[in-house]
Amino acid sequence: MNGKSLIIITIAWLLSAAIVAAQSFAGLGSDAEGFDLPERGTPFEFPADHGAHPSYRIEWWYLTANLKDAAGIDYGLQWTLFRSALEPEERPGWDSPQLWLGHAAVTTPTAHYVAERRARGGIGQAGVITDPFEAWIDDWQMAGAEMEVMTLRASGTDFAYDMQLEAQGPLIFHGDGGYSQKSASGRASYYYSQPFFEISGTLMLPDGPVEVTGQAWLDREWASQPLGASQVSWDWFSMAFEGGDRLMGFTLRDSDGGDYTAATWIDADGTTTPFPDGAFSAKPLTTSAVAGRRVPTRWQAVLPEKGVDVTVEALNPQAWMATSIPYWEGPVRINGTHAGRGYLEMTGY
Amino acid sequence: MTWLGLTALLSHWRANPWQLITLIAGLALATALWSGVQAINAEARASYDTAADLVTGSGLRQMRRADGAVLSTAEYVALRRAGWQVSPVLEGQLRLKGQSLRLIGLEPLTLPQTAPRDEAATTSAFAQTDLFDSAETVVAHPEDAALFEGMSVEVRADDTRAQGTALTDIATAQRLLNTPDQITRLIVDAAQPLGLEPLPDRYEMSQPAPQNDVARLTESFHLNLTAFGLLSFAVGIFIVYGAVGLAFEQRRAVFRTLRALGVPLRTLMALLALELGVFALLAGAVGVALGYLIAAALLPDVAATLRGLYGAEITGQLQLRPAWWLSGLGMALAGTGVAATAALIKLARLPLLSFNHPRAMSMHAAASARWLALLACVLLVAGLALAVWGQGLFAGFALLACLLIGAAFLLPLLLGGALNLAGHLHQGALAAWFWADSRQQLPGLSMALMALLLAMAANIGVSTMVSSFRLTFTGYLDQRLASELYLNTRTPAQAAAITSYLEEKGVTVLPILSEDLRIGGLPAEIYGVRNHATYRENWPVLAALPAAWDRLAASEGAFINEQLARRNDLAPGDYLETGDLILGVYSDYGNSAGQVVISEPQFAQRYPQKRAQRFGLRTQDPSALATDLRQRFDLAEDALINQADLKAFSLSVFERTFSVTAALNLLTLSVAGLAILISLLTLASLRLPQLAPVWALGLTRRHLAMLELLRAVCLAAATGLLAIPLGLALAWVLLTVVNVEAFGWRLPMFLFPWEYLKLGMLTLLAAVLAALWPAIRLARTPPDRLLRVFSNER
Repeated sequence: MNGKSLIIITIAWLLSAAIVAAQSFAGLGSDAEGFDLPERGTPFEFPADHGAHPSYRIEWWYLTANLKDAAGIDYGLQWTLFRSALEPEERPGWDSPQLWLGHAAVTTPTAHYVAERRARGGIGQAGVITDPFEAWIDDWQMAGAEMEVMTLRASGTDFAYDMQLEAQGPLIFHGDGGYSQKSASGRASYYYSQPFFEISGTLMLPDGPVEVTGQAWLDREWASQPLGASQVSWDWFSMAFEGGDRLMGFTLRDSDGGDYTAATWIDADGTTTPFPDGAFSAKPLTTSAVAGRRVPTRWQAVLPEKGVDVTVEALNPQAWMATSIPYWEGPVRINGTHAGRGYLEMTGY
Repeated sequence: MTWLGLTALLSHWRANPWQLITLIAGLALATALWSGVQAINAEARASYDTAADLVTGSGLRQMRRADGAVLSTAEYVALRRAGWQVSPVLEGQLRLKGQSLRLIGLEPLTLPQTAPRDEAATTSAFAQTDLFDSAETVVAHPEDAALFEGMSVEVRADDTRAQGTALTDIATAQRLLNTPDQITRLIVDAAQPLGLEPLPDRYEMSQPAPQNDVARLTESFHLNLTAFGLLSFAVGIFIVYGAVGLAFEQRRAVFRTLRALGVPLRTLMALLALELGVFALLAGAVGVALGYLIAAALLPDVAATLRGLYGAEITGQLQLRPAWWLSGLGMALAGTGVAATAALIKLARLPLLSFNHPRAMSMHAAASARWLALLACVLLVAGLALAVWGQGLFAGFALLACLLIGAAFLLPLLLGGALNLAGHLHQGALAAWFWADSRQQLPGLSMALMALLLAMAANIGVSTMVSSFRLTFTGYLDQRLASELYLNTRTPAQAAAITSYLEEKGVTVLPILSEDLRIGGLPAEIYGVRNHATYRENWPVLAALPAAWDRLAASEGAFINEQLARRNDLAPGDYLETGDLILGVYSDYGNSAGQVVISEPQFAQRYPQKRAQRFGLRTQDPSALATDLRQRFDLAEDALINQADLKAFSLSVFERTFSVTAALNLLTLSVAGLAILISLLTLASLRLPQLAPVWALGLTRRHLAMLELLRAVCLAAATGLLAIPLGLALAWVLLTVVNVEAFGWRLPMFLFPWEYLKLGMLTLLAAVLAALWPAIRLARTPPDRLLRVFSNER
């Protein structure tokens, strides 16, 4: 039944598209009918703000980790829960306008494993509660009191992981106290992170289990119209340098020209310094053929005000997320004025 | 010079437009039948590949509650949270404006994705309206769309949807069906996560029917169709052969002149090849277009057949796929090549000087009849060898090909012999001339007659097979569907309530217990049957061990169907891979899957969680019992099925199965008729030099025309007589070789002399009709044209 399944697939695509498009593309447009908009100076309230904000259009719980096994081999891990609202409210049951999407991945120097989950809200298949904290979709779960000591689980057809997380530092608020501007015209999101997780656990890979330890970075972000219509894609960097300093920087690429960049410098003790548009910049050095396209997998990233001029290189250039809307996300090695490890996300290639 | 040569060659067609039409029409028809069949095959195969049919879920496993109850949302969520990748489906009947409609509610987010992910498709889909807009969307066939008017839903009409079912989101379905929180079944994604917990006992999963199984099962059906397509193509190529041959013969003068003017033989042949290539492409294009029409007309029947016979779902919509239209064009070129090769070789070998010898081609043709006959003998011997040692469906078709082509090649020699004999037996000047003239015409007509032979033989063979099948099948249905009423219950509780009521009433209840399993890697079904006289008395057992029914009742073994026995080469006394001793083999038509029958107690032991929900009921008065049951119990529309209805349905499936072959048969016969017409038309102009002297001797044109008609009838009748044994041989091969391989059953062969007589009359009529026009033209030939023959001899 060619025709039949096509319709269904179209519908399914369309829904997932709504979710990831919000993050990856300017697909949602610029109007925010009925949805709340972030306002500068709004204080965060925890644990409530660790949970979902149904009146905002999109939201995510985005965890990436750089890991090493006993033999010193590097791994990367991703656990992401997206929420996308079709209407600015939650209703119980199948009528819920809240849609959920999960992405999980494990990257090794030679392989990249990806899984995707989808669910609608209202029936308990996916959601986030705060006391105690639990974010889940199907059997995937990130849970633990206060979002400081947590377990993390996900599984795909060819991989699974079961990890423990322990926060070693404070929450970090990007931009102006968590109000993160995304364009010169003032589009913005609420954006905070926990970049100080120690992580350990077991990766189940086709060759068997691997015990790993490392560092993880959790991003929390929600908004209703974060990207302008011409902002087609972005490159996002998280870097953990030897010595404990960290750097978050992103470039929002604009189809009309004129990229928008922002960065947050994080001292080892958690002190943050936000940088406005133009302070941080990243330039592709080498591209790789990935999934039938050219994707930059070696970058030069600079933040002159902090003396940062580093080369960021993918651990595995083939870290392609072949999900409903595909993108590149994987662990990176950092060398230059600063050395360390981190994660790179690139959309729109 | 080349250009001049080409225009000289092409001028022939301008002078003989009918010949051109003949050539193009023959080739186009041949291509049409071939590409039509290929289009159907391509469509069906494409459907198997992409169609994990998500709605009926035929390509994926299905999960239900083992107790037959509906699932709740909480159960679904619990399964998802345990990692099971399942997607909920709610199905129900919706009464709208007095009509009943099946509404299927799906959950698009979790629905397994089978199509490749494509960014462009994603973004374009994103631009469309979506299911969760303010108004809920129902996708329905355009005919059904009107039923939803006035309801708070948005209807999207879609003509690829089956009529009578509509799709919507599960939330909308729950509201429209007024069944909140209910899920009928779960579609199980083929991809499940690593380290999944086992499924709790209260759920059960149906076996998947993977696409390649469907493809494997239906392969024989497609091979059958392809063989018919090839046969039709062969018949068409005979026309082309005739037309090309005649065109060459008529252009001898042109060839001679061109050669005399200095055109090298090589150039001449290249020009002719070019000319034919252009015609082939032209005719091929027309043929592909016609083929599309044929396929579009036949596809619904083929779809019904495949669904009825194999449970394979294919869409009724035809797409223009490169695979088949390219193959159509390719066949047109290849066919023209084959048809023209002989003529080109003859041309190359003819000495320049004998170009103007009027009978050069005919004499060569007469010699080649002996070569053909020799080739025919080789083919027939090969066929015999295949019949004795061949194995498999391909060998079956190869045998058919040897038989048919061999017989066709033998035809000129046989007809020539018959005409000789008739000439000897029939005294008198006119008779002697008639028979001699017929013999002289034979080479020109033999291709058309071969086509007629093939078409008639195919007709006889296939109609014998179908009619034999119908006789056997109806008899089989009478035996097999012994219970007067069949009951389908929804839950085990309902089943228990109804059966206890029926047992109180003294009605015999025969539970129908079945489970899916795999034998030899292919899907099969296992049944548990009660020890009852109904089975002993009615089941069509083909072979059995002594006291087989008693031993079955004592759980000592199993019965299997003929398909399974043949496919796995099993016989009573052997052991199945399930460990059961085979007690007997029964025939089982209308189904291609294997079946195993064991006793009821043994079935209960093997599948303890399985409770019977279908029953056969023995009763004197089925309609009264049905009414009674409907009144007493809350039974669904399709819960009670009358044996008579079931038989009618089975027979209709059967009829549709063979309507395709019947249609192809009729087309083939028409093509053969056309071949005769064309050959006679083209011969007519050539024959004037032979007819003119007879006319000059005093025979009227009318008389001559009558003789022409008589000749056509004689030749067709002789061909028809030869076609009968050939057709019966074909039927025998179809029934005992091809059917066994394709469907897994062997059928007894019945003869239908009355049918053959009718077909014979039809053929004679076709021959008369085909000869009529040339005869009329002859009768109206102006005398001066006949006279001119004498002054104008080449």
